[in-house]
Amino acid sequence: MAIEVRNLSKRYGTFQAIKDVSFEVIAGQLVALLGPSGSGKSTILRIIAGLEVADTGGVLLTGEDATRLSVQERGVGFVFQHYALFRHMTVRNNIAFGLKVRKLPKSDIRARVDELLELVQLTGYAGRYPSQLSGGQRQRVALARALAPRPKVLLLDEPFGALDAKVRDELRVWLRKLHDEVHVTSLFVTHDQREAFEVADQFIVLNEGKVQQVGPPQSLYLRPSSPFVAQFLGQVNILPLETIQLGPRSESPFPSSLSELALQSDVQIYVRPHDMEVQRERNGRPCWRARVERLTPLGGVVRMDLSINGDHRIQLELISDQTLDLEFAPGDTVFVTPRHMNVFDAQSHTFHPVVLGRETEARA
Amino acid sequence: MAAHAVTTHNRRFDLALRWTTLFYLGVMVVLPMVTLSVQAARPGFQPFWRALVDPYAWHALKLTFFTALVMVVINAVTGTATAWVLVRYNVPGRSLVNALIDLPFAVPTVVTGLMLVVLYGPTSVIGTVLGRFGWGVIYHQPGIVLALLFVSYPFVIRSVQPVLMELDRAEEEAAATLGAGAWTTFRRVTFPALWPSILTGSGLSFSRALGEFGSVVMVAGNHPLLTKTAPLHIYGEIESGNRHAALVVSAVLLASSLLILLGLNALQRRGGVNHGD
Repeated sequence: MAIEVRNLSKRYGTFQAIKDVSFEVIAGQLVALLGPSGSGKSTILRIIAGLEVADTGGVLLTGEDATRLSVQERGVGFVFQHYALFRHMTVRNNIAFGLKVRKLPKSDIRARVDELLELVQLTGYAGRYPSQLSGGQRQRVALARALAPRPKVLLLDEPFGALDAKVRDELRVWLRKLHDEVHVTSLFVTHDQREAFEVADQFIVLNEGKVQQVGPPQSLYLRPSSPFVAQFLGQVNILPLETIQLGPRSESPFPSSLSELALQSDVQIYVRPHDMEVQRERNGRPCWRARVERLTPLGGVVRMDLSINGDHRIQLELISDQTLDLEFAPGDTVFVTPRHMNVFDAQSHTFHPVVLGRETEARA
Repeated sequence: MAAHAVTTHNRRFDLALRWTTLFYLGVMVVLPMVTLSVQAARPGFQPFWRALVDPYAWHALKLTFFTALVMVVINAVTGTATAWVLVRYNVPGRSLVNALIDLPFAVPTVVTGLMLVVLYGPTSVIGTVLGRFGWGVIYHQPGIVLALLFVSYPFVIRSVQPVLMELDRAEEEAAATLGAGAWTTFRRVTFPALWPSILTGSGLSFSRALGEFGSVVMVAGNHPLLTKTAPLHIYGEIESGNRHAALVVSAVLLASSLLILLGLNALQRRGGVNHGD
């Protein structure tokens, strides 16, 4: 295990920044620490680096207890959102800094810096000053500087946050490629779920200073363990469970267990826009009767805005050529069948998936 | 037509304003300096040189530069430290301290001198104690340095403070994650960003110290070849009717101040090329 974080808590005055946070990062992985702003993700990263001290809890780096080690002794590489390059030093001297501090022989430093310049594709820029570089180039220098002393782990704090969209996309792809070459265990903080999906092997999702869920990106997306994760990763429609009882009973043959739950007032259905099918006619499967409000072609997919019984709005996405066959128009009545959904019971605070296809088929 | 007239009028006004301000600068600043230099140089090089190496004039100039230099070294260190504390530490009553720093600029210099005489003079408590050890402050050279320290106290602080405030703490944090200790970080990361501002503040205080009269005349007494600085010497020579001697020493002070100013300008321009974002 490259990084182990155990029961970290930190409070700033009356604000509980993080609360009993524990997780592990497997060696060689690129892991995203993902959460909205104020969720404590940067604080955790800074505590791991030793730039910040936790009130309670511990940090292990490559199996050794690092809780009491100083920043200097921890041997982590850190990349800051605003680059934090040494502005009065050339690119070469920036990258060489960590090596000079370790008093390596001059020839070794030179060779290592050349190697890193090539790795970050800035070979011709050794003599430039940071102010003479673009944002993307600066962040690549920062990355080379952090990697130069061969850190145990690489920590990146919103590394693309200060860049404009196009450069950000390029650098993201580049970072993923770089990681596949270098394999240094990396933990990076981001609030941008798209960025995280594109780069990370694993997600650690945070909210209000607590770990919400840990796992591979796709499984978190498909099997969120809480309403927060479901809403934070991708889009989701939220409907009261009562909606399944609207209209004649035969129109919505949902599993009977759900009908019982639906007697409670605060039970909600979470369903993703692409986890639904649309038909003109009922076909005996569970469905909502809905009215087409609006169709928005978005290239590969078409977004449909529907209303169920007038007051519940949902969005779903269909692959474009399907809609060509079906030829929907605003005002049409359609039948929407969820393939997969989650049910959230606010009273017992449980959140569990319901796969509809199988259960109903068993009934038929 | 009306619009045309207005622009013509504006252009004429712009031109008039431009020449008026330039003329004002010439009459108020350049003309006195040129006149002084010309008058000092008019009798020729030999008399100029003789007036300069006159033992009294030469000592006065040496003393002036020496005391100013001692003051600058002390001010550079304490000024940087003070700015550091003001920016980096959460000192109680920071805004009050911040307001107090400019006070030496507001105190009339003669009053400054008198304060020091009252505090450290031979008849004061401190002066008596120091006198027992054989250390003289007032009417001796340390008194001059004390006066210069007081009058130029804000220069380095006010020059370093804004730079320190703008400095990205992340640069220091980056150095720490790369293994640099506090001293290495200061020496290799923080100080290189600060030194132009330290030098600027020091240069300004040095320049100011060269011409300091009011406070020095109070604390220095009037001992030629011991505590008589260049400004006091100039005043004395004028009093005794030696106009040329006064002009020569003045020209040296003026040239020194100009050189410092040019140097600082060059420094700032160089800094702009290297670090300009």
